[in-house]
Amino acid sequence: MSLSDQSKTPGRLARAWDSDIAWSFRHSPVALVAGAVSLLIILAAAFAPLIAPHDPFDPSTLNLMDGFSAPMEPNAFTGNVYWLGTDNQGRDVFSTILYGARISLFVGFAAVLLAMVLGIAAGLVAGYRGGWVDGLLMRVADVQLTFPSILLALLIFGIARGFIPPAYREEMAIWVLIVAIGLSDWVQYARVVRGATMVEKNKEYVQAAKLIGAHPAKIVLRHILPNVLGPVLVIATIGLALAIIAEATLSFLGVGVPPTQPSLGTLIRIGQGFLFSGEWWILLFPSITLLALALSVNLLGDWLRDALNPRLR
Amino acid sequence: MADTVLQVAGLTRYFDVSKPWLNRVLEREERQFLTAVDDASFEIERGETFALVGESGSGKSTIAKMIVGLLAPSRGTIAFDGEPMHIQQGAAMRNLRRRFQMIFQDPFASLNPRWRVGEIIAEPIRTFGIASGAEVEREVARLLEVVGLSATDAGKFPHEFSGGQRQRIAIARALSSKPEFIVCDEPTSALDVSVQAQILNLMRDLQDEFGLTYLLISHDLSVVRHMANRIGVLYLGRLVEIADSKRLFTDPQHPYTRMLLDAVPDLALSGRRRTPVTGEIPNPINPPSGCAFHPRCPHVMERCKREIPLSRPTATGTAACHLLEDAPVA
Repeated sequence: MSLSDQSKTPGRLARAWDSDIAWSFRHSPVALVAGAVSLLIILAAAFAPLIAPHDPFDPSTLNLMDGFSAPMEPNAFTGNVYWLGTDNQGRDVFSTILYGARISLFVGFAAVLLAMVLGIAAGLVAGYRGGWVDGLLMRVADVQLTFPSILLALLIFGIARGFIPPAYREEMAIWVLIVAIGLSDWVQYARVVRGATMVEKNKEYVQAAKLIGAHPAKIVLRHILPNVLGPVLVIATIGLALAIIAEATLSFLGVGVPPTQPSLGTLIRIGQGFLFSGEWWILLFPSITLLALALSVNLLGDWLRDALNPRLR
Repeated sequence: MADTVLQVAGLTRYFDVSKPWLNRVLEREERQFLTAVDDASFEIERGETFALVGESGSGKSTIAKMIVGLLAPSRGTIAFDGEPMHIQQGAAMRNLRRRFQMIFQDPFASLNPRWRVGEIIAEPIRTFGIASGAEVEREVARLLEVVGLSATDAGKFPHEFSGGQRQRIAIARALSSKPEFIVCDEPTSALDVSVQAQILNLMRDLQDEFGLTYLLISHDLSVVRHMANRIGVLYLGRLVEIADSKRLFTDPQHPYTRMLLDAVPDLALSGRRRTPVTGEIPNPINPPSGCAFHPRCPHVMERCKREIPLSRPTATGTAACHLLEDAPVA
């Protein structure tokens, strides 16, 4: 059906394997390790129900007697052994981390997606239309930049609490969190896309499309968008790490997801209460997971930025 | 000749190059306008190649962009086959657009790097609804062969081709909407000399095969000599001379045309002394009074500084110079 069927060029996979990016990935030890760690955590989180020994948030599977088990030691009352120990309610820390990473990653991906869609749309419109539309959108972005994003997320969170009836607050908390982080992060996408759009729109291939009377929406989406996505991908990767940290920060401050659906940030908040009473594992393991996740995703983003920058080759 | 394809009358375009409003108020400056094209009039006959030559900044590309509708004229009219452009809308404009196309200067910027060649060439076909379904692919394959590429190249990306091959792809795209008139904006200036001739010959062959009319924009006099039937010489946005190609090179009327021809490097080593072009093209924001060429003209008279010369018929075409009114240039 498509034109590509006629070509004798190698398949998509083979070409992807031979591309400069793949080569650079295979030859960068940092990227390989960071990629492996990210992938491991993402897969473990995605398949949490299959991997976790038990569902830590199903009260019927919990036994309070299992509480405060130290890692790898049999519990004093029940004799059960937990790899990473249990918390005060007898929840397996390993299982809570898997389920918590799931929520952290979901919030992170969804927030980045929201910020990306908003930012790309604003950037494309501002860059392509120019004039007062550009001026208005960029002034809004400037104002937004003057607020620290955590403060903005707190503000959005507070406003949402006022609107949502108490009965729905727990269910809605995760969505409010996504909107709060997403709305506070769109500016950088918008700026980068706007700049790239202004360069692309003056190129002759865009003029060739204008010449035949192609619709502006088609020119922007089919011609310009694919050519401005490169830098967006880099910001999105680093943005994912930042969104995960922002989610953890908000949850740690107690305005994030409720304890019934704890993310890594919530687990850290719960765990820090037990640090000085000797149950260090409740805090330590979620913290290490968060650190490993944010660091590896961030390193991947750094690598991608360098790999896509022809001047650094 | 009666069969005029394109008629340009009094075409003028200025650009607002003023500083922002606040700066103007604080620095007490007036609005500034750059006149890129000033009162240009010419006609192009069906099947001919009309060339516009001039130095950088003389307004060649601005004229090309106005003709294809990428820029709106500030004044003046452009009529395509008797139908005035820029006031047409909807289906009429669509119909008109299909009949002209453009080949761009830089084959590295004129093809979308993320699109396959087949998609690039098919875009005008789909936009104008000339063909659909499998027919589009067949048409793309045919066009690729017409411009000397292989039908299997449709699945490749532009970066897999050389500059000359890319320009062939750009020509295939221009041909895909079956146009009658093609604006070629310096089609070979980004190419190697060895490839330039191939592309120019391809363009001539296609002209004969499809009965195309070309408007060729160039600063390269050897390209123009090879391709054009008639030539218009632009200086600072004004057409100073229009003449038949052969006569222009043997018998230039306007002092500026003469100066341009004298500056051409002589590869035949005939021993002719090459006279470099003296001076630079003046700032178009603040052009010289009277004839814009007077600061550089070897035959400058008092009158040239006051009066803008009008275009008048000469033995070879038309030219705008006060000298030509009384006696031929010595």
